[in-house]
Amino acid sequence: MSSIHVTTQVNGDAVEFLCDTRETLLDVLRDRLDLTGAKEGCGTGDCGACSVTVNGRLVCSCLMLGVEAEGKAIETVEGIAKGEDLHPLQRKFIEHAALQCGICTPGILIAARNLLERNPDPTETEVRYWLAGNLCRCTGYDKIVRAVMDAAEEMREAS
Amino acid sequence: MALDEYKPQKGGEEFETGHDFKYVGTSPDRPDGFDKVTGRARFGADMSAPGMLFAAIVRSPHAHARILRIDTSRAEALKGVKAVVTRADFAGGLSGETWNVLENVMAGDTALYDGHAVAAVAATSALIARDAVKLIEVEYEVLAHVTDVDEAMKDGAPVIRGGAADGSVPEGLHPNVVRYHESGHGDVEAGFAEADLVIEDHFRTEATHQGYIEPHACLASLGSDGRGEVWCCTQGHWNVQKLCAALLGLDTSGLRVTASEIGGGFGGKTTIFIEPVALALSRKAGRPVKLVMSRSEVFRATGPTASASMDIRIGMKKDGTITAADGVFRLQGGAFPGAPMEMTAMCAFACYGLKNVRHVGYDVMTNRPKQAAYRAPGSPMAAFAVESVIDELCEQLGLDRIEVRLKNAAREGTRSSYGPRFQRIGLVETLEAARAHPHYSAPLKPGQGRGVSCGFWFNFGGETSVSLALSEDGSAQLMVGTPDIGGSRASMALMAAEVLGIPYEKVRVTIADTASLGYNEISHGSRVTYASGLATIKAAGDAVQKLCRRAAEKWGISEDAVKWQDGCAVPSGPNAGDFDPLPIAEITASMGATGGPISGHYEATPEGAGVSFATHIVDAEVDPETGKTSVVRYTVVQDAGKAIHPAYVEGQYQGGAAQGIGWALNEEYIYGPDGRLQNAGFLDYRIPVASDLPMIDTVIVEVPNPGHPFGVRGVGETSICPPLAAIANAVSAAAGVRMRHLPMSPPSILAALEKQAHA
Ligand code: FES
Ligand code: FES
Repeated sequence: MSSIHVTTQVNGDAVEFLCDTRETLLDVLRDRLDLTGAKEGCGTGDCGACSVTVNGRLVCSCLMLGVEAEGKAIETVEGIAKGEDLHPLQRKFIEHAALQCGICTPGILIAARNLLERNPDPTETEVRYWLAGNLCRCTGYDKIVRAVMDAAEEMREAS
Repeated sequence: MALDEYKPQKGGEEFETGHDFKYVGTSPDRPDGFDKVTGRARFGADMSAPGMLFAAIVRSPHAHARILRIDTSRAEALKGVKAVVTRADFAGGLSGETWNVLENVMAGDTALYDGHAVAAVAATSALIARDAVKLIEVEYEVLAHVTDVDEAMKDGAPVIRGGAADGSVPEGLHPNVVRYHESGHGDVEAGFAEADLVIEDHFRTEATHQGYIEPHACLASLGSDGRGEVWCCTQGHWNVQKLCAALLGLDTSGLRVTASEIGGGFGGKTTIFIEPVALALSRKAGRPVKLVMSRSEVFRATGPTASASMDIRIGMKKDGTITAADGVFRLQGGAFPGAPMEMTAMCAFACYGLKNVRHVGYDVMTNRPKQAAYRAPGSPMAAFAVESVIDELCEQLGLDRIEVRLKNAAREGTRSSYGPRFQRIGLVETLEAARAHPHYSAPLKPGQGRGVSCGFWFNFGGETSVSLALSEDGSAQLMVGTPDIGGSRASMALMAAEVLGIPYEKVRVTIADTASLGYNEISHGSRVTYASGLATIKAAGDAVQKLCRRAAEKWGISEDAVKWQDGCAVPSGPNAGDFDPLPIAEITASMGATGGPISGHYEATPEGAGVSFATHIVDAEVDPETGKTSVVRYTVVQDAGKAIHPAYVEGQYQGGAAQGIGWALNEEYIYGPDGRLQNAGFLDYRIPVASDLPMIDTVIVEVPNPGHPFGVRGVGETSICPPLAAIANAVSAAAGVRMRHLPMSPPSILAALEKQAHA
């Protein structure tokens, strides 16, 4: 079983790793790069807990192979805060009690940030449809949607 | 509530009920929030150990099959494979529920359901472990199977396991009926004779899964010296410790179990599945073993809840008085005893004060996975059936749905349908709040229907041990033993801060491992804020008493002459002497020299968990073309006793409602004629997504529980009791056809509409 050498970028850092061709990007992030923020809820693209962005595009890292990361720029939940400063979405999630167990939170934060980059002023319906690929079993989504809307408003005011 | 009306409820002013609480009743940021939004929080699968192996499990592809032979030689020969285990690697001589748990964790001579574990392997990588699974050869003799509860009770149904019935089962029933329950009071037939209208109907609910997003995961290490460690996502690590020790033949105290952050449980993580397997592999290989379930394994082999077949008969007078109620509840809980049919029976009519009531329950075995608790286990299906019949009675008698419920509602002193008299309870208050809520009187659009339902859950206390240590600077470290699933660390910190009189931020709460505290019951039965909360209050009170003693010694006065106020020791009255208040930090700064560290402890099995009630209102719209239901408005009204952290109480209300919506409309275990689960993934087992749901409005009613110092009732479970019926009533009104079988998926609604059109 021979491994493939991959050169990529994760949260702005240059990263190299060796991986089996069968390993997913999620496997590589979690087991080879020790970035356990992205979670595996299903491994089949149905829950969004593994959401990351690849060159700015939202993807399920469980559906992408590790070797496909070659030459790409990957962003995970670990890269959302800037040093000590939480991103407005992170602050609003805590403030609005938008997480109960928190297992869905990393994926939802990545997905929500990606939404706000494209659409700084989404409607409630737009938030709900954008996040429809991110399952949360605890909250009923109410407080999540409110947190995203509130963060969007704060970010609009700040810009 | 429209989105623009919403303000984040920090500070919680809106919720103060007039008690002079300083911290309790506010909604500060949770202590684990930072870790959870930055990806630092470590859940079950996020832990590693040096030299760790990865494990995978071989599972039965058959619903029912004798295991003739397991050949592990080819797997063992694969490079990188370090251990293979089968049932022979676990303890023998077990009995009762411990045997059931082992039999479920690893099959003995028979595979009892599709997905039943048969063997397991540990290897140097997850990929090698998966390859090795395919090399383990199992020879099966396929047996006849049954997966439906009513079929399993019929003459000639395949017998899952002879001799499993206990003494409660009357003669003449099929051996798959393993437990029987009968209770009630009065004379139901006489009651029905008094009624102006009696309605009797048959109802069914399908099995649903708790659907936590985090699959079961653990990291285990066990030496041949009998000492081991487990890190796992669980609702109760002392239970993991006890069961794993029994299944592996170890001393309980030889195992130390640490609960990871837990990615949801809802009852499904109250037992063990993979932990003993990882331990057995570790013992054999001499290395730590990590074992993580795939989602399909979670569906096939853990959870789910029981499915139910129910007959309900209720009699009512023209004025809305219920004269008698009778229910028969048949629940299957998989290939083991334990379907919560007595809970179903006891919860069914608990909302109402009844002169004549009778319930009968059957616990039935089938070739399905061993059912596990799911949020108020047994109660939601009962509420679905009973509250649907009450809705039909109201409809036919032309009565208001809330007025009828108020007329019959259980109150303080009412003899409950399951026996004891109620203490102070809040059902009437939830009904009144629902009636007063603008939702109840808002106009409906064409094609929409409104449903109402009440729900009941017992709540629970259980063994609890808490310890609190003060630091030199006057901050506090609180250790509790109940895993925090939805923000309970925040609630504990609030209660400790309240008693100690120090800011919320000065209390650090840790979920202690099994070596650090006495036994703690599982986080279940909505017991955490009640029982761990009560113990926290008492432990903090114990520390306060010791603080007062130090002040008394310093001042040279009697301990009784000192009281605790706003975080300071003060003389209790003018006669006690004239001393300046002594702040906590001054006492703790010198505690080393004044008698040593100051801690507070509390251990007990509190029994005053107050029962709780809820009333839900829902508006649904049904598309007659596709059969699809949209939930357009939802309001939860529930009694919390006292909401310690209102935002997380709301979260429990909303989460329970959302799970109920899934159960009512889409979620179900679908078995093929071959007895195999056909939808073992989130694509085909569809839980609600963000675009399926509206905002979920909440009303927190507070009728204090006399059994808790601050009045807390558990809130986690009751919220899933009313939704099934509330939605069924709304859908039935919108579609113009009564839905008596859940889930009300689009095809089933279309079928019902079609049947009605041809009737
Ligand atoms: S783990 Fe990737 S979508 Fe669920
Ligand atoms: S907070 Fe638990 S799954 Fe979303």
